[in-house]
Amino acid sequence: MDLAHLWFWIVGVLFVGYFVLDGFDFGVGMSLPFLAKDDIGRRQIINTIGPVWDLNETWVIVAGACLFAAFPEWYATLFSGFYLALLLILLALILRGVSFEYRHQRDSLRWKAGFDTMIVVGSAVPAFLWGVAFSNVVQGVPLDAGHNFTGSLLTLLNPYALLGGLTTLLLFFTHGVYFVALKTDGEVREKARRLATRSGIAAIVVAAVFLLWTIAIAAGKGAPLIGLTMACAVIAAVALVVSVLANLRGREGAAFGGGAVTVVFAVLTLWTALFPYVMPSSTDAAHSLTIGNASSTPYTLTIMSWAALVFLPLALAYQGWTYWVFRRRVSRTRIEKAAAAEAH
Amino acid sequence: MDLLDPLILARWQFGLTTLYHFIFVPLTIGMGLVVALFQTAWYRTGHVRWLQLTRFFGQIFLINFAMGVVTGIVQEFQFGMNWSDYSRFVGDVFGAPLAFEGLLAFFIEATFLGLWIFGWDRLPRLAHLATIWIAWIGATLSAYFILAANAWMQNPVGYKMAADGARAELVDFWAVLTNRVALATFPHTMFAAFMFAAAVVIAATAWHLKRGQHVDIMRPALRFGLWGMIIAFVGVFIAGDQLGLQMVATQPMKMAAAEALYNSACGANASFSIFSLGTPDGTSEIFSIRVPYLLSLLSTHSFNGCVEGINDLNTLYQTKFASFGIDDFTPIIWITYWAFRWMIGLGALAALVSVVGLWLTRKSAKRPVPRWAWTIAIWSAPLPLIASLVGWIFTEMGRQPWIVFSLMLTQHGVSPNVPGWQVLISLLAFTAIYASLAVVEFGLIFRTVRKGPAPVPVPGDGHPSESVLEDTPTTVY
Repeated sequence: MDLAHLWFWIVGVLFVGYFVLDGFDFGVGMSLPFLAKDDIGRRQIINTIGPVWDLNETWVIVAGACLFAAFPEWYATLFSGFYLALLLILLALILRGVSFEYRHQRDSLRWKAGFDTMIVVGSAVPAFLWGVAFSNVVQGVPLDAGHNFTGSLLTLLNPYALLGGLTTLLLFFTHGVYFVALKTDGEVREKARRLATRSGIAAIVVAAVFLLWTIAIAAGKGAPLIGLTMACAVIAAVALVVSVLANLRGREGAAFGGGAVTVVFAVLTLWTALFPYVMPSSTDAAHSLTIGNASSTPYTLTIMSWAALVFLPLALAYQGWTYWVFRRRVSRTRIEKAAAAEAH
Repeated sequence: MDLLDPLILARWQFGLTTLYHFIFVPLTIGMGLVVALFQTAWYRTGHVRWLQLTRFFGQIFLINFAMGVVTGIVQEFQFGMNWSDYSRFVGDVFGAPLAFEGLLAFFIEATFLGLWIFGWDRLPRLAHLATIWIAWIGATLSAYFILAANAWMQNPVGYKMAADGARAELVDFWAVLTNRVALATFPHTMFAAFMFAAAVVIAATAWHLKRGQHVDIMRPALRFGLWGMIIAFVGVFIAGDQLGLQMVATQPMKMAAAEALYNSACGANASFSIFSLGTPDGTSEIFSIRVPYLLSLLSTHSFNGCVEGINDLNTLYQTKFASFGIDDFTPIIWITYWAFRWMIGLGALAALVSVVGLWLTRKSAKRPVPRWAWTIAIWSAPLPLIASLVGWIFTEMGRQPWIVFSLMLTQHGVSPNVPGWQVLISLLAFTAIYASLAVVEFGLIFRTVRKGPAPVPVPGDGHPSESVLEDTPTTVY
């Protein structure tokens, strides 16, 4: 395996990391109106991701930068081609990020309600559009000889991609609600467990169709890793069912873990179906971008490999430690005390 | 001019979003250091005053940090979105520092900042102090990598052209990291960031001191800010002088454009104009105030040096870069000329305010500080920021018409397949959102400043017990 192939998988791992981590962040954000009507409850929910949403979001910056460095052609084609979709994602991430920080700055219910709406919309839009974007990458989009995307926004809104968007939306939502159940107490926790069962069942139905469709697309293209694609899809499906069952039995940790495994293997299903292409062209196979023709030079990839080898495990270690430091549940009384202290 | 020209729109968007992002960057870097120093002082002395200052400025730091993060994502995405041909051409070289920035710096910064914000009652004091320092080191590293990437656009090094000429390929990463322009830009930018943070500390403390509030807390912070400003200004000055030398060596057109020097000049004739009035087209001068020898001194560190002029350089470039098919290699002169002066002038003014401030607040001062002095101190807050922003306008506009000096023209970097109306939508959306967020952001910062330092519940004694944890919830969203 040459370095370009290695980097295909490293970029995959970075996007897996992003979707596992920011995915449940999005779910937590989207769940606000379903799980709490009052301010204390909402603060309880937001504080479950308070210390970590920023580092979770950093994964997309790192994934994007590594994509740029390892596969400049892929980065250029993808980002210029999916222009309006990415613009919407950017705007959503901006509104969502500042809302976490600004929401608690004023003790006014109108002020807070405004930022709550932005958190919900700002979480739902990327949760949906990232699924649309990566489904389109796997399915193939019209590219010209210069590897430039020649379609429009409507090209991207095809049935398979929309189903992909709905799949990530439901998976992230369910995973986020598992996280809320795992990290809160009282009424919010109870509600989260009930909600996760319902959204989990919806996710099973939608994800099953999407994964089967992905396998069909991979088979249609004669994807060399079709066996792995099928294996990943099966693992994702089984993990999702297990997570829903675990949630029903009140095993919150297992449910959240199952949700994480689902997201990991759903993304890997797409990644193995994509291999050895990075942006297949739907118009002329000769215009496709592959691992070979989209990558950087071996020298660049060598340097990047050393950096990834040293710093990625280190990053995982200190990020894991962060989750451990903030392992305690966010209790309702804790937020009430903080609110009382602020009122003084 | 075509209103839907993707090139013009993409340039406006890059300029707008980058300058906007850079409002938050220097405050994050500078204020991060300020907060880390205050917290260290608290750790060492145990005076609650330092803890209050840590919290007070920490609040401003955090309001600001969220904006820095979210506007930063735009920066990374828009290389691919609006500048895809540029990305294809430079990715092999330019991408690597960005990837390092993410892997080394951003992960560290985001993780440890989260630990700092929420870890007051979760971590032992020393570990908690370490988190702010580590986050700050992460921010500093990220600044280095992104400035190295930018320096490569000013002065490409460590690369070779691919056999088919389609892209630049990295051959020496160390050369990219030790680019002479990067080595000068980094300290120049960092010290400028410290100046802005110092200005915010001065303004916030002056606001309370003017009203005679929180004097025992605010006075030491004010003196700290005033001294910090002067030290940072000396740093900016020395690094800026070095950067000027590198600029003359690598991009002589930019130095010529900084002075609007059309014809090459030596010695006394290589003068620096403090102010000038020209004909509207800028090609000849009506009136100016000039310091003889100064341009020679800035450019060559000698009184008798020679500085190449715009016309001579343009003629040279027309031959040297004939294959690029353009005749005009000059930046927009009135922009570079005035941006360069405003950068220096506003930076120096900020330092001058601090010198006066140190004199007025000296221990042996007999008279109280007059009210007008406090007012000036408050209103001086934006001076170093505006100086930084016009400095960036100078350095980026001075690079034109190149996107990568000597290798690629800006007009060749833009995405060929993104229609103008899409870029226009994007530009309008960012303008609208950024403008409204600016109102909220500055409103919140003013409000935080006015509220002043809160009496803080002192968190755990280093070995927080469970009951202490529950009784003293500190930072929560």
